[in-house]
Amino acid sequence: MLSYIFRRVLWMIPTLLGAAVLVFLLMRAIPGDVCVLRLATGGGSIDPQVLRNCQAEVGTDQPMIVQLLLFIKSLIMLDFGKSMWTGRPIIEEVGLRFQLSLQVAIMATLTAIMLAIPLGTISAVKQNTWIDYVVRAFSIAGVAMPSFWLGILIILGILTASKALFGTPWMPPITYVPIWVDPVHNLSMLIWPALATGYRYSAVATRMTRSAMLEVLREDYVRTARAKGLFHKLIVRRHALRNALLPVVTIIGIEFAFLMGGLVVTEQVFNLNGLGKLFVESVANHDYNMTQALVMIVVGIFAFTNLAIDILYGFLDPRIRYNR
Amino acid sequence: MATISQRAAADHLPPRPSRLAVLWQFCRQNPLGAAGGFVVIVMIAMAALADAVTVYDPTANNFRAALEAPGATYWLGTDQFGRDLYARVVYGARTALLIGFVSAFVGGTVGLILGVASAHFGGRFDLTLTGVMDVLMAFPLIILALAMVSIFGTGTFNVIIAITIPFIPRCARVVRSSALAVREMPYIDAARACGYSHARIVMRHMVPNVFAPYLVVMTAAVGQAILLEASLSFLGLGVQEPVAAWGLMLRGGAEYAESAAWIAIFPGIAISLAVFGFNLFGDALRDWLDPKLKV
Repeated sequence: MLSYIFRRVLWMIPTLLGAAVLVFLLMRAIPGDVCVLRLATGGGSIDPQVLRNCQAEVGTDQPMIVQLLLFIKSLIMLDFGKSMWTGRPIIEEVGLRFQLSLQVAIMATLTAIMLAIPLGTISAVKQNTWIDYVVRAFSIAGVAMPSFWLGILIILGILTASKALFGTPWMPPITYVPIWVDPVHNLSMLIWPALATGYRYSAVATRMTRSAMLEVLREDYVRTARAKGLFHKLIVRRHALRNALLPVVTIIGIEFAFLMGGLVVTEQVFNLNGLGKLFVESVANHDYNMTQALVMIVVGIFAFTNLAIDILYGFLDPRIRYNR
Repeated sequence: MATISQRAAADHLPPRPSRLAVLWQFCRQNPLGAAGGFVVIVMIAMAALADAVTVYDPTANNFRAALEAPGATYWLGTDQFGRDLYARVVYGARTALLIGFVSAFVGGTVGLILGVASAHFGGRFDLTLTGVMDVLMAFPLIILALAMVSIFGTGTFNVIIAITIPFIPRCARVVRSSALAVREMPYIDAARACGYSHARIVMRHMVPNVFAPYLVVMTAAVGQAILLEASLSFLGLGVQEPVAAWGLMLRGGAEYAESAAWIAIFPGIAISLAVFGFNLFGDALRDWLDPKLKV
């Protein structure tokens, strides 16, 4: 097992390196310069000497290959440097936003699991009945509904309901406070985006649970269990669901990794200062260091989540052995 | 002699069902898929006949009629510029379908060719291509699309490019896994033994046999492209004013959600219905084409 994990970690290196080169090139392909943007905010013309000084300060005056090597070195040292836009250390800028995004991702994942596994199982067991049709329509509606639109509807619902109940409209707080400091404030702020994204996320997982269960329910060992006269519920829970969980775990893991950086539009709707919003701002400001760091964080989480899923496979399915 | 025996064998076969009968069977076996197909057809008709089914110009401002609630004059109300929301929703279907179909078709087709070629050639070519695809797929779709929009700029054509590129690896991945099985088939060995060129083997013998997963991926991709376009336009980085686009309408709607909720509601319903239709249709298509689920 340990040697398998070691081999997998080694395999991650080309993916991470490829992602680093890709994001580096993509950022350089965007027309514009962070220094021109920074200096232009004051208005008036830009002194060429001041521009050169700024470029020397942020490092964009160096040849491309040197910039790339410096970036890769910073990755190896896990020191992303300073933001080209604010001048503050990236680790500081990302820190609090990372907490927020991680909490939303965890809450959305829990919502998704609680919805997806029971619904997907019922849908498969009752295939082609009205229950199946309702669950499928519910889950496909979740995939179809943009989570940012669901977010707008949730905000609209909160405003209308609070106005009707208390006379004055209530809005969720917009300043982030960690959950251990003020749990009520924290949850009243983050529960809504978690519900909006969790529903969408659950829809994908429900469909996967249904199709995996449909395949497993046709397996010989399920037929054998039925022939042995086992209770239907026991067959579904112990024999079918456990074996159908592998692809579901994969999809939940992949979605979790993407939630960390992919909530760009939902964060905009709920005015959350998370990683997605920071990404949009850093691309707009041509803040190469910040964008590269954010993308590498997301890609790193994606790669490690994949590894965690693979390890989890071994526990979920005893037939999978990595040491052979 | 052979012709006579073939004819005799053909006489014993059940008659081939007509296309209408196949369609009816599909609708009966997949009622949800048929509903999805119906939504898609209505949407295409709406987009094609937009001039005939609307009265007002979707881009003409009329500040005197700004923020009017839905009623007899303006069925779905008006937006903050006094534009008829019904006309904008109907014309928005054109933008959504154009972006959805073109991105899904181009991205899917390039992915199809790359996926099949990767499986056919194998070795270093396959390893390199799979590596590149893995790297591209490690990026969330919206992040890659945002990076593309930042490079190419906003506007309908650039949004199509920005959405197409992230779709290529996703389709290539799915198609490659099917093509790996096709590669081992005896008819591919036979084609190789006949001395056919790589291009001929890939295009004439492998591509038609991985068409089912390609079609399923492409149908789902149309829905995803519509969602992605709406997300980009909502952020102000997609289609630009005054073009009628659902995401762009929601961007305005979010600002006026409290005083004129209809601006935020109707474009969202249109996006959801469109994606709902394509997803249902795609699901039914997958069930229909997957022999394992027919047992």
